Amino acid sequence: MSAASHGGDGGERRDFLVITAGAFVGVGAVGLVWPFVDQMNPSADVLALSSTEVDISGIEPGQSVTISWRGKPVFVRRRTAAEIEAALAVDVDDLPDPESDDARHKEGKAEWLVVLGICTHLGCVPLGYAGDYDGWFCPCHGSHYDTSGRIRKGPAPANLEVPEYAFLTDTQIKIG
Amino acid sequence: MSFQTDNKLIKWFDDRLPLVSVMHHTFVQHPYPRNLNVAYQFGSILGVMLTLQIVTGIVLAMHYTAHTSMAFDSVEHIMRDVNYGWLLRYMHANGASMFFIAVYLHMFRGLYYGSYKAPREMIWMIGVVILLVMMATGFMGYVLPWGQMSFWGATVITNLFSALPVVGDPIVTWLWGGFAVDNPTLNRFFSLHYLLPFVIFGLVFLHLVALHQKGSTNPLGIEIKGPADYISFHPYFTVKDFFGFAAFGVIFAVFVFWFPNYLGHPDNYIPADPLVTPAHIVPEWYFLPFYAILRSVPDKLMGVLAMFAAIGVLFILPWLDRSRVRSAAFRPQYKWFFWIFALDCIVLGYAGSQPAEGNMLIVSRIATIYYFVHFIFLMPVLGWFERPKPLPTSISEAVLAGKASTSAGENA
Repeated sequence: MSAASHGGDGGERRDFLVITAGAFVGVGAVGLVWPFVDQMNPSADVLALSSTEVDISGIEPGQSVTISWRGKPVFVRRRTAAEIEAALAVDVDDLPDPESDDARHKEGKAEWLVVLGICTHLGCVPLGYAGDYDGWFCPCHGSHYDTSGRIRKGPAPANLEVPEYAFLTDTQIKIG
Repeated sequence: MSFQTDNKLIKWFDDRLPLVSVMHHTFVQHPYPRNLNVAYQFGSILGVMLTLQIVTGIVLAMHYTAHTSMAFDSVEHIMRDVNYGWLLRYMHANGASMFFIAVYLHMFRGLYYGSYKAPREMIWMIGVVILLVMMATGFMGYVLPWGQMSFWGATVITNLFSALPVVGDPIVTWLWGGFAVDNPTLNRFFSLHYLLPFVIFGLVFLHLVALHQKGSTNPLGIEIKGPADYISFHPYFTVKDFFGFAAFGVIFAVFVFWFPNYLGHPDNYIPADPLVTPAHIVPEWYFLPFYAILRSVPDKLMGVLAMFAAIGVLFILPWLDRSRVRSAAFRPQYKWFFWIFALDCIVLGYAGSQPAEGNMLIVSRIATIYYFVHFIFLMPVLGWFERPKPLPTSISEAVLAGKASTSAGENA
């Protein structure tokens, strides 16, 4: 086909057809690829297991229990007065991930700290009552958390995550 | 130089599907420099190791169950009940380590003799892609026995992606198929662990096509100039390669039969527990230098980027190296820096195996900086300042120096 005929009456129509067909193939290809990508996301049964209820009546001050929620550990820690004091004594602006202790527990429930037991560095489970701040210490890469679960020292970029939870009664919490 | 035969059947077949002549050209006739030394063994050894991993892997998959409640027990079933299961599994597990030993030696050979330089950049870059796919395969394979190291190794490595801003967390959830490493993760790792070796096989094919396009380098780093410089692959290099297989096989057998768990980690004989992290997590030895680089950077995202950059820098090495001389044999300064770099990699490997604190953290930081200084600064700068030694005029002249009675062209 010569360049001259391309400019003739068939040319524009052909260009239109090529561009439209190409666009439809593109959209179709993305539509076809998506199921193959999305199948790797959490399935319905995994999503269904999204909440856990815990009885906390047996936990004494200075004690922490680990429960499993969505396959991840959650620390429920009943803090002593000294631990709460230590968490409040810090200047929030000096923290790597500034967050006040009040924002990390339910109102009027300063005793109870509920955090995901997953180091925000690379996902190990930190050890309780350890580290320079007596909160948690992650043995994998040396991150130190304080008694509010806030990162103080080490490679982790953020505080231990506080999951969505609610007090059903004074002795019953629902996580998720 | 084409394939000749009088056999009518083979002629008929080869005329329609040139399999025989291609094989003949590749594995019999292809000219190789006559001076290839022991450092050039590892390519063929890697071919054997890949085949061995695929064969042992396929039979192990006949007995393994990819489910969190059964994976650990099915591996013990292989070890105790399956006929020769212990041998097959130890061959496969140690085979992975031997594979990496061979690939690292193969790469150091390339670094020493400048194999990556023009016109062989594609061979080298395909090789780096093979390394990346090998690492993914090795990592996923280590997850399958579902021991403590499997689980926590998978957790730590997949969490690397959470360092990426915005898309990080959705990517990690997508990789896991859940909110933590769990059954969906194990299943997909098994599927991919089975797939990737065949991807490697395809990449190896491309690696060889690129190699045969430009021919092998050699310890002198000069090109083949005439018939006196090369010899055919068969029988000269087939016999040399088979000797290499035997020697490498002896070392492999020592590990399989006497120290089958030396390169592994005892914690992986504890079933995976999502609620307890082992006190000291270490990856398999072949990842340790990269793990040391990851941990030596105090920032999470930068650490992850540095680790990937440590491999990424290899891609651009053919352009970072400004020297016109290929072989370190004629580069008096580079030769030293090569060995310092090799030592640096070993230091990184050791640092990666130790807890990241105190002096060891300082050591790994210095070694990490040196790793990048070597590639980004020394490689370009040496090319400008170094005075290379004079190159021989031809391979045969250098090889036959002092052996005047041998006539050139005897191997034509």
